[in-house]
Amino acid sequence: MDFLQLDLPLIWAVLIAVAIMMYVLLDGMDLGIGMLTAFAGDEDERNMMTATVEPVWDGNETWLVLGGGGLFAAFPLAYSILMPAFYLPVILMLAALIFRGVAFEFRHKAVRRPTRLFWNGAFYGGSFAAALCQGIILGGFIQGVTVEGRAFAGGALDWLTPFSLMVGFGVVAGYVLLGACWLVLKTEAELQAKARRWATLALVAVAIGFAAISLATLSIDPRVTERWGFSMTHLEPGKLLPLGLIPLAGLALTLALARDLVTGSAKAPDWRPYLLAAGIFLSGYLGLAVSLFPWLVPFAFTVHETAARDNALGFMLVGAAIMLPVILGYTAYVYSVFWGKVKPGDGYHSA
Amino acid sequence: MDFDALMLSRMQFAFVIAFHILFPAFTIGLSAFLAVCEGLWLKTGREVFKQLYLHWIKIFALAFAMGVVSGVVMSYQFGTNWSVFSDRTGSVLGPLLGYEVLTAFFLEASFLGVMLFGWNKVGRKLHFAATVIVALGTSISAFWILSANSWMQTPQGFDIDPVTGNFFATSWVEVIFNASFPSRYAHMMLAAFITTAAVVLAAGAWQTVRGHKSEPTRWQMRMAAGTLAVLMPLQIWAGHWSGEVAHEHQPAKVAAMEGWCETLDVQGTILVAWPADNECGRAEITIPGTSPYLFNTDEPLRALSSFAEEDQPPLWLVFWSFRIMVGSGLAMLAFGVWGLFLWWRGRLDRPGLFHWLAIPGGSLGFIAVITGWIVAEVGRQPWTVYNVLRTVDSVSPVEAGQVALTLLIFMTVYAIIFTAGTIYMARIATRGFDDHPPDIDHGERRAPGSPLGAVDDPAQTPDDTIATV
Repeated sequence: MDFLQLDLPLIWAVLIAVAIMMYVLLDGMDLGIGMLTAFAGDEDERNMMTATVEPVWDGNETWLVLGGGGLFAAFPLAYSILMPAFYLPVILMLAALIFRGVAFEFRHKAVRRPTRLFWNGAFYGGSFAAALCQGIILGGFIQGVTVEGRAFAGGALDWLTPFSLMVGFGVVAGYVLLGACWLVLKTEAELQAKARRWATLALVAVAIGFAAISLATLSIDPRVTERWGFSMTHLEPGKLLPLGLIPLAGLALTLALARDLVTGSAKAPDWRPYLLAAGIFLSGYLGLAVSLFPWLVPFAFTVHETAARDNALGFMLVGAAIMLPVILGYTAYVYSVFWGKVKPGDGYHSA
Repeated sequence: MDFDALMLSRMQFAFVIAFHILFPAFTIGLSAFLAVCEGLWLKTGREVFKQLYLHWIKIFALAFAMGVVSGVVMSYQFGTNWSVFSDRTGSVLGPLLGYEVLTAFFLEASFLGVMLFGWNKVGRKLHFAATVIVALGTSISAFWILSANSWMQTPQGFDIDPVTGNFFATSWVEVIFNASFPSRYAHMMLAAFITTAAVVLAAGAWQTVRGHKSEPTRWQMRMAAGTLAVLMPLQIWAGHWSGEVAHEHQPAKVAAMEGWCETLDVQGTILVAWPADNECGRAEITIPGTSPYLFNTDEPLRALSSFAEEDQPPLWLVFWSFRIMVGSGLAMLAFGVWGLFLWWRGRLDRPGLFHWLAIPGGSLGFIAVITGWIVAEVGRQPWTVYNVLRTVDSVSPVEAGQVALTLLIFMTVYAIIFTAGTIYMARIATRGFDDHPPDIDHGERRAPGSPLGAVDDPAQTPDDTIATV
């Protein structure tokens, strides 16, 4: 195969973006459910909630490894600048994911009340902290990092700004929305009604949060505003109108989801809220891509400037071209094995 | 010792990887053991193998979760703490790690769900397939990570970009199948199987000592002792092979392992030396004249002091780790042979000295794995990519304070989950098998088929008298 004709860095940028999107949609939902377990009525309900994702969370989290590993493999320079730049939030996120991950198992093992409470807390606390850190990292990424030569040259707390905190809470709200919508799909009766209420509240927060983040992003750098087709002085309808469809789609999906959540199962199928929530995330993600492309280390290095050698990208692309369809195939298979409502009897009984 | 960002980053990496390696080493072996048990059950229809499977899968679920969460950390450590290394080697090592994710991680993680929660959802053969796939996934994962690590030991098939100074591959076959990879992969896989066998043996011994005699307890001890007795000799051979390759490509590492104080044509094998340093005239116990049997070379065997000072790994750490590793291995060989002897004499399920010793013996595999990795990785110092990129030139431009803080975070988090995980696993492992287990498909206890089956219920734990919520 002749790789010279392919724009390999661009292909890999898209692949990694897809991996991160998969992570957000799948593990974001796990983290959202994790946070919501803090509001479960009792231990049975909490166990029902975790049972909706227990067989799949591990695979879901693997997309994060593909995102991180893929960044190292395909864009080593970006990886080697961004990781030190977000040193503390990355490591806090990892620590939070450790607690969340083992708590899936450990909370069922704890026989004494204090330890069980500890692992329950580790589960929702870890989920919250991981989501918040991911949002803060995203916020720090959007606002750009200080670079000198080929290395990060900023301070240890550069990432900590009102903007990054705002994105942090936006991501938290978004994950809660995804998690609540998954619960609408996987549960029935009382818990499902609760999940609808949670989803409605989260949707309000998401609508406000995403809108605020979008507007703030426009003011981050003149190049971003330029990209969307306007600035302080002029307006380019030729750019703004087609691109404006993305936030409009997001708005339409938000309204559709609001309607579904209000009308309930009678009129809206249970699978639709999750899909609509995923659509809202997708619109936000596309908007972000429009704002930041081609920067991979905003606003210092582009996708092409940070890419690994073409022979490395080509070698990996062969593997990805074969393996990604296979992975998506068996992921779908595993989801289909565990398809359907989680029954109260499936939940965890306390002794 | 200077506690700068470099030293702290080395400590942090050593800590998080040493913690992580415990779980893959155990789950690689345990997944293979589970596949064997389920396969034997399907083939022979004997209940004992199903009991073993359903027992050990609960421990596997815990160990695997701990391996996953500590493994995610590793994929970010390169960037957070070793960013210059990542930038320089990304075009060579990146694809190997990428292939690990694509060919192994997803496979393990996805089919783990079927393995743990699919007992009643998929057919027996499909479930067995899921177990085999998970076991295969762990071996594939080890393949790529050992390949990447071995390339750092014996780099080949690469060139260096004159502008950026970055490495790039000239031959992927040479990169992947680098000189030290085959022997090190064999050594690590055998180590994983042996580590698990020692744990399984210890659990069986504990059950026996506590008076829980049952068919599965008997069988797990037989299988574990047999595995140790067969694989340990193979492991000694693989270790020797690995040592020969190291001697050819990393003579300073072997010099530190052996601890010779002067360069000679014929060296002895130093059993112990104090103090462990380069100086001749120290107190030591040595078997003289062994080197012609161990090293296939005509060259004189170099002492560590004959290498330039800036190219020497620290001697005492490598020297002692090597001896502890070998000692642990020989002890496990003894357990294997002893266990088989007791089986032959029909005394394997009568509690005795063997059982009391085998219980702490369950940690020997882990000790050997950790010390073995210290030999390999500290022996590689002062290089990250041997003879090409120095450790001091690999570290991230982060402040020492940040690294110290995060090291503290990792130590705290890992201390908590290690303690809890070990207690939970030991609770299950030491529990006796009920000779007449409840019907797993209809019993009141949760079957492995239900979404929470694999994670067990506290009602079965030994201290079920403690009030729970």
